[in-house]
Amino acid sequence: MANENAPVKAKKVRKVKGRVEIDIQKCKGCELCTVVCKENTLTLSKEINNKGYRYIVSVNDDCTGCINCALVCPDAVIKVYRTTLRKKELIAEISNVSSSVSIKIENPVVEDLKNMEYM
Amino acid sequence: MKEETIINKDISEENITAQQECIEDEWEVVYERPYTLIDTHMHYCPGCAHSVIHKLISEVIQEMDIQDKVVGVAPVGCAVFAYDYLDFDMQEAAHGRATAVATGIKRILPYRYVFTYQGDGDLAAIGTAETIHTMNRGENILIVFVNNAVYGMTSGQMAPTTLPGMKTTTSPYGRDVHTMGYPLKMANLVSQLPGAFYVTRQAVNTPLNVRKAKKALQNAFKYQQLAKGTCFVEFVGNCPSNWKMTPIEANEFVAKEMIKEFPLGDLKVPSSEDLKFLEVEEGVV
Amino acid sequence: MENEEIRLMKGNEALAEAAIQAKCDAYFGYPITPQSEVLEYLSLQMPKRGGIVLQAESEVAAINMIYGAAGAGGRVMTTSSSPGISLMQEGISYIASAQLPCLLVNVNRGGPGLGTIQPSQGDYFQATKGGGHGDYHLIVLAPASVQEMADFVFLGFELADKYRNPVMILSDGAIGQMMEKVKFPKRDVQKISKPWATTGKTEHRQRNIITSLFIQPEKMEKVNIQLVEKYKKVTENEIRYEEIQTKDAEYLLVAYGLSARISHKTLQLARAKGLKVGLLRPITLYPYPYEAINKIADHLKGILTVELNAGQMVEDVRLGVNGKVPVQYYGRMGGIIPGPDEILENLESFISKVK
Repeated sequence: MANENAPVKAKKVRKVKGRVEIDIQKCKGCELCTVVCKENTLTLSKEINNKGYRYIVSVNDDCTGCINCALVCPDAVIKVYRTTLRKKELIAEISNVSSSVSIKIENPVVEDLKNMEYM
Repeated sequence: MKEETIINKDISEENITAQQECIEDEWEVVYERPYTLIDTHMHYCPGCAHSVIHKLISEVIQEMDIQDKVVGVAPVGCAVFAYDYLDFDMQEAAHGRATAVATGIKRILPYRYVFTYQGDGDLAAIGTAETIHTMNRGENILIVFVNNAVYGMTSGQMAPTTLPGMKTTTSPYGRDVHTMGYPLKMANLVSQLPGAFYVTRQAVNTPLNVRKAKKALQNAFKYQQLAKGTCFVEFVGNCPSNWKMTPIEANEFVAKEMIKEFPLGDLKVPSSEDLKFLEVEEGVV
Repeated sequence: MENEEIRLMKGNEALAEAAIQAKCDAYFGYPITPQSEVLEYLSLQMPKRGGIVLQAESEVAAINMIYGAAGAGGRVMTTSSSPGISLMQEGISYIASAQLPCLLVNVNRGGPGLGTIQPSQGDYFQATKGGGHGDYHLIVLAPASVQEMADFVFLGFELADKYRNPVMILSDGAIGQMMEKVKFPKRDVQKISKPWATTGKTEHRQRNIITSLFIQPEKMEKVNIQLVEKYKKVTENEIRYEEIQTKDAEYLLVAYGLSARISHKTLQLARAKGLKVGLLRPITLYPYPYEAINKIADHLKGILTVELNAGQMVEDVRLGVNGKVPVQYYGRMGGIIPGPDEILENLESFISKVK
């Protein structure tokens, strides 16, 4: 559906999307998850938790729900969600309603408070 | 780069919110912390393999639904407080004697899953006799051995599994094999005993190794139903604090040096004949 | 096996037979002279009559198997002799701290060190004053005959379950090896329920933890206070002793176990000579019958303890008497057993010294 008003894709097309929730009070900032995350979604925050550890935060939307981080996490602080394939078809359905629909896109940035809800 | 576009009047707000709702509904949980791992702060250092292994044991027991049939034996060492983190009936054993304690429990309660959880001092130094004799008798228990080449809890002394040349507080010039002996390869030693049923060496330093390790633990717990001998799962673990490394460096050390000295893999597997009567369940790794 | 019939048995065998009749769930032991017969008898009988018997790789392993099995709710026992009991001390301290019930038997042999296989009473301090580290006590029973070797097994299990404490039968090489008449009357053996045991955490309860580790000092003190309260109750309720001709006695012999039997003969010889001698035989060495001795001391001129050691129980007698009358000890060591005449001689010289 080539259309000059079609949504600009700032990132790759994903079949499946993932999302992590991190128990920041139990996180010890060991960073083992950051090494195994292929999408560079995880990094240390600038804040510290009650125990004085810098905790892990999710900094982009690229998570695929592969659970690599949860597997290696020593303290089991990561809860991983994943969408299913059906979602892609659903979007296609709605998109087909009108080809002139466009959506306002903003580049994802760390300072964007919307990302904080993932914690 | 921001792009502003006009939203076509034909499309109402409802359709766009409907799209959002569809996305929300489709999230499923693919990983969460097991409830058999008590929801509390664990005292282990950041990056410690003990915590990962505790997590795996909790997951396996939860998935097998045997929480009410498990009795664990905690060691003396960093994992001495294992019973504060694992929600099972547990006993605290004297240093090195966990396999003897487990023998006592299993003889009294033969229809319970009994496992010990021991470090290198507990199992391979003071407890060597108990380890070998328990396996020689083929006691139907699971021995979980966490090998991180140092004595962690007492702040980093040499262990029977310390690598040659490795510096610890009691081998400050590096382990000299001529005066201090060689690293003991416990899994190799015990795999030779006829009473051993399943002996394997695993690691938890990468996601792939974690998956394999969990499979090994699943098998080890399942095999206890057969009452055909001892299962022994050695974990090549880490000790970031006493190795004086960050957790990431410590896991790299495991990959490069530890696994070279203690290669991973199955050292003794039961034959298909042995596994004939095992209940096969739809398990998920 | 259970009837009024009189049987002729060795002390060790009678003990083992009593264990089976008392419905012992498991026995973990290691051979050592002079008590290997217990392990052998049970290895023969338990597979036929019920119960688990296992020869462990050492006494250290055996006592830790006892710990695990007791923590899992079993009625368990082990036997050994002096050097083996020394090996078990760590485990015994752990068992006492975790408050687990079990029965221990020390068939005392000559020491210290590897010593000799002949009988001795040199482990009195080890049994009653500690042995293992920390503030704890064993309930100690001292049999003086083969019949008591059997009876005290039933009593020992009962006391262990009642107080959640390890109980020790302090025997010796002679009583373990001698053959005497023994009866096993029919008994109604009751086992109590143990909701604290590690049998598997069901959804109806919290997980049970058996441990002797209490890292916070506040918690450790609480546990120690619990133990102290327990031992107070034991002392109030469980003191046992035997008095022979003490009512009109001027001199008292105090002895337990084998030396009590010999002292009894000495008493008879002394009375025949006109000496007013009595005998007090403590049956529980912990709790010790301090008050009973103190009361008798009101009309005594002197007390002589007879022991097969360098003088251990005499200290408890001095403690109980608190200076009222002179107390002396007589004994032989190294496995030598004094005859009644020898003791009488010594008693007479003690009497003349006191006068």
